[in-house]
Amino acid sequence: MAYSFPEEVLEHVFSFLSSDKDRNAVSLVCKSWYEIERWCRRRIFVGNCYAVSPEIVIRRFPEVRAVEIKGKPHFADFNLVPEEWGGYVYPWIVAMSAAYPLLEEIKLKRMVVTDESLELISKSFKNFKVLVLSSCEGFTTDGLASIAANCRNLRELDLRESDVEDLSGHWLSHFPDNYTSLVSLNMSCLGSEVSFSALERLVARSPNLRTLRLNRAVPLEKLPNLIRRAPQLVEFGTGAYSAEIRSDILSNLAEAFSGCKQLKGLSGFWDVVPSYLPAMYSVCSGITSLNLSYATIQSPDLVKLVSQCKNLQRLWVLDYIEDSGLEALAASCKDLQELRVFPSDPFGAEPNVSLTEQGLVSVSAGCPKLRSVLYFCRQMSNVALIAIARNRPEMIRFRLCIIEPRAPDYLTLEPLDTGFGAIVENCKQLRRLSLSGLLTDRVFKYIGTHAKKLEMLSIAFAGDSDLGLHHVLSGCESLRKLEIRDCPFGDKALLANAAKLETMRSLWMSSCSVSFGACKLLGQKMPRLNVEVIDERDPPDSRPESCPVERLYVYRTVAGRRVDMPHFVYTMDEDAALRFS
Amino acid sequence: MSMDTGNDLQGLEYSGSLKTELTLALPGGGGAETPTSGSKRGFSETVDLNLGTRSDDEASVVTQTHPPKAQVVGWPPVRSYRRSMMKSCKFVKVAVDGAPYLRKLDLETYSSYQELLSAFEDMFTCLTICDVMNEKKIMDSANGTEYVPTYEDKDGDWMLVGDVPWKMFVESCKRLRLMKSSEAMGLAPKTSSSKGSSIN
Repeated sequence: MAYSFPEEVLEHVFSFLSSDKDRNAVSLVCKSWYEIERWCRRRIFVGNCYAVSPEIVIRRFPEVRAVEIKGKPHFADFNLVPEEWGGYVYPWIVAMSAAYPLLEEIKLKRMVVTDESLELISKSFKNFKVLVLSSCEGFTTDGLASIAANCRNLRELDLRESDVEDLSGHWLSHFPDNYTSLVSLNMSCLGSEVSFSALERLVARSPNLRTLRLNRAVPLEKLPNLIRRAPQLVEFGTGAYSAEIRSDILSNLAEAFSGCKQLKGLSGFWDVVPSYLPAMYSVCSGITSLNLSYATIQSPDLVKLVSQCKNLQRLWVLDYIEDSGLEALAASCKDLQELRVFPSDPFGAEPNVSLTEQGLVSVSAGCPKLRSVLYFCRQMSNVALIAIARNRPEMIRFRLCIIEPRAPDYLTLEPLDTGFGAIVENCKQLRRLSLSGLLTDRVFKYIGTHAKKLEMLSIAFAGDSDLGLHHVLSGCESLRKLEIRDCPFGDKALLANAAKLETMRSLWMSSCSVSFGACKLLGQKMPRLNVEVIDERDPPDSRPESCPVERLYVYRTVAGRRVDMPHFVYTMDEDAALRFS
Repeated sequence: MSMDTGNDLQGLEYSGSLKTELTLALPGGGGAETPTSGSKRGFSETVDLNLGTRSDDEASVVTQTHPPKAQVVGWPPVRSYRRSMMKSCKFVKVAVDGAPYLRKLDLETYSSYQELLSAFEDMFTCLTICDVMNEKKIMDSANGTEYVPTYEDKDGDWMLVGDVPWKMFVESCKRLRLMKSSEAMGLAPKTSSSKGSSIN
């Protein structure tokens, strides 16, 4: 039967589909739906830049307007991935500059971005609107100057947590005088001063500015003038929050803040002088997101501030808040959804603050909407974890870092298997989990049995044998990303579950017991996986095959092996098996 | 515990037709724990804990008090970005007599007076550090003007840079001024020394 539904109607229907999953499903229905869909897909998300090539993307999706690409594996954040491993965005920019002249958005995470790339972006896309560089590196303020100078329609420039080489603060002055479309600017990661008058003028001529995150070098005394020029701000990040204590500065700042009736998010707060915190009290009731994770102030000052934020949904804070502060948080902030507690002294041998498992238990008990947790602490117990699990069965992200590797339940000296077991058993929607403390293979059995929605799992210093890894790979149906360090997992579980790896984005294993021989075998037998051995010692074939590799990174790909590998990355494939035999 | 898990593992079939020359063995029998010469195997090798081989005694050993440890790479998992942001930061204004601009620098990024002098050279490109009779002096190479680095301390007094230990200087310095030598005559060093403007 001829299929005569007009294409235009189908295209219109498809235009309501924003999720990649839905669009991918649609494109599998039949050839004509595949064709129609691919011409109207506007947003592309590439979770691993080496899983596909720019050419393949462009060939299939010719009319893309927004691209999001991720590069290095997550453990690169903790210096486990050597410099020069890869993640270069330049080839993508070159290909897209030719194929997507109407491109509007580029969002990159953990990629190497050069000034050349930034300049090419600024000159290739006339309608360019959004640039987000999250944890990227490789560029300088000169690259930013190109963006400022050439992107006439820029709305968003967000450099969150990128490592930028600061050549000068003058890049900001490259925004032309008639440029008025700025909506969001995040320059919090920049080290040196920008020209303050240029910043003031930019803010003054940006009526649509909603997000402004300053860097540390902007002094507190300058804030009132800036804030007064942007009373419509929704998100604001201060610079260093300190000045000589003077009542005129305080009242000036308080008055400026009180003019921001739409403020919902606050961040910055380096070098906080507590006497200036009251300047913000007038806006606290509207605040939903508060990032105090650089604020080195003590619990009483933190509590005074936080307990005024009755509508708080997200709090990032240092462990200076202590158990008592978290109890106060639990009592005041009933809308809290996300809590991150960072360590003020992660490398100290002894605790410097009174923050224990109790703080987290209090918040889990008092905050009915809590579903995302990142918590660094120095002691944990199974009873606490069980309590947390029972309190919050709707938990989605649970990342616990007990600072001492292999620390047992401090009450019973047992492993924390049952505690984490309770987490996965009760929290049926759990999508992300990071484990720590003393853990045996048993915890992985619980995870494999119960964590059916788990997508990302991080494991360190845990387990007894390959059985642990096998439980995870064979049981976690939704697993996409698995990252493991310093665990006694070896060849058996990996090879027995080789097919599973094609259903995942990636697997990272460092300082484990996977042998070079097993890596070769895996690479040889699984052509649609890139099996990368990352080893900075002498080439792996200078040692017996049974020797473990330093690091292993396995990811599915339709692009074949990489062509930009440094000397310490070896791809295991059919050729490799011959080369290394 | 280990015997049960061993039996479970032996029942595994390889997925697909993946044949391997590796043999199954019970955990602890040497299958998974291959000797690790030269690999970064070892948290237990890098860290001064009394762990020895993996055993059920591990739990009790870990809870003994132990001396400060060597750091394990990437643990605890605090992002390097966050670690660098947490470092204390001390921005002070730097003025140069006769120049219209003020600059700022972060004293915490330097660990000695020598580094600070080099920073002046980088920041004010017309200035160079010269060795004159075994003393380092700051000079404007264009017109030969000599400068003396001075600072305002917590008490509001202007002192010559270089007379107190570095860390004490960082702690008490509120701002810097490169003063023309000719005007610096009145400044007495904090500790008595024969040559007023020398920097060690």
